[in-house]
Amino acid sequence: MLDVLHSLLFSTLDAAPALIFAALGAVLSERAGVIAVGMEGMMRVGAFCAAVAALTMPTPLAVVMGMLAGAALAGVHGFLSIRWRSDQVVSGIALNLVALAGGTFLLESLYGPNGTPPIQQLTRWNIPGLSSVPVLGALSGHSAPTYLALLLPFAFQGLLTRTPLGLRLRAVGDKPQAVATLGLSVPGLRWGAVLGSGLLAGLGGAVLSTAVLDRFEQHTPAGLGFMALAAMVFGRWTPVGAFLAATFFAFGNALRIGLVSSAPGLVELIPQGVLLALPYLLTLVVLTLQGQRSSAPAALGTPYEQESR
Amino acid sequence: MHRGELLAVVGENGAGKSSLMNVLYGLYQPDAGVLSLDGQPVRFKSPRDAIARGIGMVHQHFMLVPTLSVAENVVLGREPTRNGLLDLERAVQEVSATCARFGFQLEPRARVDTLSVGSQQKVEIVKALHRGAQVLILDEPTAVLTPQESDELARVMRGLVAQGHTVVLISHKLKEVLGVADRIAVMRRGRCVAEVRAADTTAEQLAALMVGDGQRAPAATSTPAVSQAPGEPLLDVRGLQATGDNGRPALRGVDLEVRAGEIVGIAGVDGNGQRELAEVLTGLRPLTSGSGALLGGPLSGLTPAQARTRGVGHIPEDRLHRAVVKALSVEENVALGRHTRPPFAKGPWIDFKGRRERTRELTVAYDVRPPDPEVALRALSGGNQQKVVVARELDARPRLLVVVQPTRGLDVGAVAQVHAKLREARDQGTGVLLVSLDLEEVLALSDRVYVFFEGRVTGHFLRHEFDERELGRRMLGTTEPGHA
Repeated sequence: MLDVLHSLLFSTLDAAPALIFAALGAVLSERAGVIAVGMEGMMRVGAFCAAVAALTMPTPLAVVMGMLAGAALAGVHGFLSIRWRSDQVVSGIALNLVALAGGTFLLESLYGPNGTPPIQQLTRWNIPGLSSVPVLGALSGHSAPTYLALLLPFAFQGLLTRTPLGLRLRAVGDKPQAVATLGLSVPGLRWGAVLGSGLLAGLGGAVLSTAVLDRFEQHTPAGLGFMALAAMVFGRWTPVGAFLAATFFAFGNALRIGLVSSAPGLVELIPQGVLLALPYLLTLVVLTLQGQRSSAPAALGTPYEQESR
Repeated sequence: MHRGELLAVVGENGAGKSSLMNVLYGLYQPDAGVLSLDGQPVRFKSPRDAIARGIGMVHQHFMLVPTLSVAENVVLGREPTRNGLLDLERAVQEVSATCARFGFQLEPRARVDTLSVGSQQKVEIVKALHRGAQVLILDEPTAVLTPQESDELARVMRGLVAQGHTVVLISHKLKEVLGVADRIAVMRRGRCVAEVRAADTTAEQLAALMVGDGQRAPAATSTPAVSQAPGEPLLDVRGLQATGDNGRPALRGVDLEVRAGEIVGIAGVDGNGQRELAEVLTGLRPLTSGSGALLGGPLSGLTPAQARTRGVGHIPEDRLHRAVVKALSVEENVALGRHTRPPFAKGPWIDFKGRRERTRELTVAYDVRPPDPEVALRALSGGNQQKVVVARELDARPRLLVVVQPTRGLDVGAVAQVHAKLREARDQGTGVLLVSLDLEEVLALSDRVYVFFEGRVTGHFLRHEFDERELGRRMLGTTEPGHA
């Protein structure tokens, strides 16, 4: 029983960081008032660039490349939605489509349909003494992003609630006009948040291809970017809430894998498709239960125009 | 303008008052001309520059973040910190100190969206003073206040002037300006046409200066002839309850009646259930409890289509959102809702000729400019768009007309026209339910007035009983529900 718990916890901690980073990125962008539908696309670009970069450079550096690629795509989103005030949902969907098609095209023309060649995975760290402790030992043996993903949400929460910058970010998402009349720059704050969300989504994608897998695959990130949005909503647009929700979703996924491997008889009872859909079904159930008690930023999705009074 | 005086800037809508002040505050850039402060030319690239030179502004629409506390709103942009972290304790102390210095009573930790409109305005003033504003610009500050709150604000403004601050008050309410200002500047069509001492002028002179030709004084406040004995009851509701957009009860047991041939006003501070009442009566919002008869049918389960066929006309608050389609032409907008009936349709087909003729008649009768049925509605000014809405709704000869904020944002001429048309409809036997946040408008038009506070009727006044003070008290819920 302890063994099962241990392995469930271990695979949760292995899979969760990608989702956590993307969910935090979504929170950052949306708290500043810019809708984050483009997370999936930014993750995909990050995952692809990190996998390709890792073929020629050390993997940690390749992860940084993935983050920058995510931020670059976020820059396009920024240009469309902040500079040109276009519809943020349309802009985000466009990014997703570009990333989906572009990724497939580059992958097939450069490496063929089976994904990029395998790369050196990020090093796993064993914490001496911890590995032998039952259950808690599952904390040992992960790569750096896992540990970062456990700390970052709390740091981010602190930033948002305890610093001047955080106050301004919250203000710009709820009432940008108020921020502008105080002489602060609405576009500046929103640009910062959007680029930051790109870095985080890119990191999430890069983690997928350098820590969870050892390559970029055709379907990466397979809807994780959208699940990050669900985690953000479930977590009520707070970093720690989104972190808990993302971890919960990752746990659901680990549960599915665990069920299939530990109880093969189950697969004959329940169709494989249903099991595969389990994390997504969990997401749906959770969002339905949460219902309308929304706490989205008030000015979410509204482009800021100085002339509009 | 001089240090330590209270200057009022008056003018019609669109005269350029707000634009001028936005230039002063650095939100807009001047195309030409020089701005001088203490004898030196200055140039504000953003509000930050203006704030640095001691200019503060209270906007017509509050610039407050509703989800943040009073203290957070005040310090936003110049937050006190300790070790890089936000020092909320100090923010609260600073705000309390500023409030104490100027005699405001505000709870620094309260969330702004829990405050009354009057209190929110004080937060705005504190925000400016906290930044060391010497010159305070107030843009239409009393538009949303009750008479009591306006008096309070006047005291606050005089207090600031007494302490050496300069206050600029933008307004179109002449009486109020005369009562509080030292000097008055009159603007018309982007120019300052006159500057007078408040002590040396009268409301009539100011009105003449504002309008320009010296002849046409605003007719909006003239007393209407009280209509003859009201006719049959059109609307009779008992114990009406409905839920607001936020899921909380917005109407908590309203009894009211509207008869043919009378204008019934609903007075109240914004957000006390007036909007929801109008939506229930037009079938846009379901009622949760209570009973009612509307034009010979039940009120519960009413759909907008049923409301229309029974003879309910609706001039909604937000015309662009609910009344017209900007991209369509004037004639298409006039046909909306009646597009299947003559003269707008012939069998299954659009009757282009009939539609055009009827629209042309209406544009002339309602003075829509330009009187061109084919022009896109978005090319019209706000006032002319509103005239199109009024024309369409009245042309359908409604038995009951639900009107919400019919003259918001219109200039004096258009206001007078819309008012005249509403009276005309009343005299022809239509029952009019008028919801407006502008107490003057309600009192000028109505034969009877219900006062709303927190979803209940807290007062009912006949025309000869109208008393602004008493209405104001009822609007704030400070007395027990009267003889409603």
